[in-house]
Amino acid sequence: MNLNELHAKLIAAARNHPPGSQTPYAFEKRIMSRLKASPAPNVWALWGAPLWRAALSCVAITVLCGLWTFSAHRAADEPGSFAQDFEAAVFAPLNEHLEDAW
Amino acid sequence: MPVGLPNNENRPTPTCAFPAVWHIPGMDRSDEELIAAVKNGDAASFEPLVQKYQGRVFATARRYARRESEVEDIAQEVFIKAFQKIHGFRGDAPFEHWLMRLAVRTCFDFLRAHQRNRETPFTELTEPETDWLDRFVVQPDTASEDAEAARLLVGKVLERLSPSARLVITLLEIEERSVKEIAAFTGWPVTLVKVRAFRARAEMRKILGRMARDKYL
Repeated sequence: MNLNELHAKLIAAARNHPPGSQTPYAFEKRIMSRLKASPAPNVWALWGAPLWRAALSCVAITVLCGLWTFSAHRAADEPGSFAQDFEAAVFAPLNEHLEDAW
Repeated sequence: MPVGLPNNENRPTPTCAFPAVWHIPGMDRSDEELIAAVKNGDAASFEPLVQKYQGRVFATARRYARRESEVEDIAQEVFIKAFQKIHGFRGDAPFEHWLMRLAVRTCFDFLRAHQRNRETPFTELTEPETDWLDRFVVQPDTASEDAEAARLLVGKVLERLSPSARLVITLLEIEERSVKEIAAFTGWPVTLVKVRAFRARAEMRKILGRMARDKYL
């Protein structure tokens, strides 16, 4: 089978049968009612949604940072914390010297 | 009856066998006037534009979609997109060209979204299609291009092409548009159109080869 000739024949067949341009009844009315039904794009609403999302993320990050700072301070104030232990270790010789002096 | 349509009483009574030509509001205004009105917020001025170009959009959509419901969906999407993007229409080219570009791009999106199984064998050819193919094999000259079977057969072949190949074959070979026109319609660079045209022809030849193999081997 000559594929090039078949290709040419089929393309010619498609050219000889162009699709019809008939349209459904009152198609333009349907389009106009669709356009009326869909609300006009509101610029503030378009900006509002991402801004709200960004604001909520910022609030969440602020709350998390606050909680972390608060808990870190509380941990530092607790007896036997690392800071206190470190301080005791550093000043241990001095404390011993003071005890001997008494 | 849909809102805004003239009542039967208001329609002019035909005085002869030929259909009467009804006056359509807005049709006497030029495209430029209608577009300017739409841009200024008069949405009703879009209706005559739909009425004027709907036939062309439907004909374009029928090149790519088989079912009438799909054709209507494409045409509807084209006009809704056109309304939403009309503020971007600068008027450098005729409105029709701009709309057709939108239509072709919408059809391409449709093809990409509705890729059917392109690997199905050609065993389900109808009897007239098989007869046409048999006639072509025995004596190619006797297989007429005007035959309905040939039209159905080319439809089946086109359905098996990839979306870009189908678009290029349709525009370049069936509608006989130039490479530059295709580039303007699709937004692809000219070199890409040429490359895709080369690939599309190869793809089509491969499909025809598969059809011959499925049918005669």
